[in-house]
Amino acid sequence: MNGFWEQFTFYALAVLVLGSALMVVTLRNIVHCAFFLIMAFLGVAGLFVLLYAEFIAGVQVLIYVGAITVLILFAIMLTQKVLGVRLKQNNTLSPLGVVAGVSFFALVGAITFGSAGNLFGVHGEPTIAPRITTIAESLLGNGSYVLPFEIASLLLLVAMVGAIVIAREKDQ
Amino acid sequence: MITVNHYVLLSAALFAIGIYGVVARRNAVGVLMCVELMLNAVNINMIAFARYVTPARVTGQVFAVFIITVAAAEVAIGLALVINLYRNMNKINVDEVNLMKW
Repeated sequence: MNGFWEQFTFYALAVLVLGSALMVVTLRNIVHCAFFLIMAFLGVAGLFVLLYAEFIAGVQVLIYVGAITVLILFAIMLTQKVLGVRLKQNNTLSPLGVVAGVSFFALVGAITFGSAGNLFGVHGEPTIAPRITTIAESLLGNGSYVLPFEIASLLLLVAMVGAIVIAREKDQ
Repeated sequence: MITVNHYVLLSAALFAIGIYGVVARRNAVGVLMCVELMLNAVNINMIAFARYVTPARVTGQVFAVFIITVAAAEVAIGLALVINLYRNMNKINVDEVNLMKW
């Protein structure tokens, strides 16, 4: 990919993701937070496309944007008496939260730059562009992740049954 | 040129925002939203490492698929708990729900 456009796209998507994420944690109206969460998920999907992971980008849009956000919106509307009510949304721990977030970011930044940009032993452009068949091969090929794949389906079944049991009305 | 360090720093920033949100939000649904942000930050890291470190065998993308699966299960259970909480106590602010605190 052309170097300038790759940089431009990366920084535009980074601003989109981080700005939407800041809106998610600071806005008072929880419905607006959910909509900014959609923007953040879409920006992350764009980053996946930039990283040549088109399959994961599609999964991201389908599951996060399509399913999880709708589920969150349903939960908001089921649990709020008045939509758009402007309550205080931050508790007394929020200065501690700022400290925790900033110190985590400083730690990761110090580790990344402390190793002179060579922490992961990689420099420059990767040469191989992965294809869809590569991820299928890695996920379900010989001697790979077939067993975790099946266990993940079992986990989804258990979660579905559990969610129904927990959220069900008690029948009198 | 965009290197793997750019992606690591971006995902660290997103994760830090998620940490702040989880600690500071009052609404339980808002806390769940911030957990989703943190899981997304982890996914960015996984995909970036799959692209730059192991491009031949995309292990990071496989792990991202599993993370997305577990995130879907987690948010379903979490929202069911929130709805049940609202039904029983009529409030979902996590600093007001302190029945199990002593």
